[in-house]
Amino acid sequence: MSILLAIFLGLVILVLAGTAIYHKNTKVAIIAAGAVGLFASVLYILLAAPDVALTEASIGSGLSTIIFFYVLNKIRQTND
Amino acid sequence: MEIRETVGAAVTLLGSVFIFLGGLGIVRMPDLFNRIQAGTKASTLGTILSLLGLAIMNEAWIWKLLVIIFFVLITNPISSNVISRAAHFRGTRMTNKTVADLLSDKNKKISEE
Amino acid sequence: MVNTILIMAGVLMALGILLALFRFILGPDVTDRAIAFDVMTVSSISVIALIAYFAGRVIYLDVALVYGLLSFLSVVVIGRYIERGL
Repeated sequence: MSILLAIFLGLVILVLAGTAIYHKNTKVAIIAAGAVGLFASVLYILLAAPDVALTEASIGSGLSTIIFFYVLNKIRQTND
Repeated sequence: MEIRETVGAAVTLLGSVFIFLGGLGIVRMPDLFNRIQAGTKASTLGTILSLLGLAIMNEAWIWKLLVIIFFVLITNPISSNVISRAAHFRGTRMTNKTVADLLSDKNKKISEE
Repeated sequence: MVNTILIMAGVLMALGILLALFRFILGPDVTDRAIAFDVMTVSSISVIALIAYFAGRVIYLDVALVYGLLSFLSVVVIGRYIERGL
């Protein structure tokens, strides 16, 4: 039963990673990258590694999204 | 013992039904604000109910599950409020059946004064 | 009996995540995608709690706690960026 959930999470991660690479809008690509971190963290829990999942949840899904949007805001202020 | 576990599993199943209805509403609704209203409220209630069912089933985990329920209940309306406010000030189009737009009226009154 | 009901609950949660992913691919604007991301996060908290029940380890609930604290922060940053503030 757990391998079916792992296959489902892997397919979701593949779709989100394809969106993050090939989408033309930068904000959508950043949100998709954050969602990849989210489901990767759930997959790490399923593979019995809660410490890696904790780090992935706080860094990959939380902090990197915030830093990307901070940098986008700085670029927009410079261009205006 | 058996009855309590069955009741907890039934509450968890009810919560998962609400999560599924939230996902269905976020696909089927015609407008951004309807999607926010359908998705966020239904999925918050579903998460609270499913965590509460797990707390009924397993009495050793009840305090940690109650802390998670408290955090979800506090932090989830903030995010939906910020997103809907940003979408309104960005000028997102509403559906044709919209009856009232109170925030727009208040804006106009402030700018007239 | 109890395991059957919980497996049905897990299948329904996975279907909800799949529908939110559908809106994420299809959504015409950034804000639709942000709402789909929010729904996926809140649904995955209960998926994590269900995995913690099936594995029988209380340490998995800490990850759900971190999600409950941190999930709203990125959505708030997205909203403030769209509103031209941050």
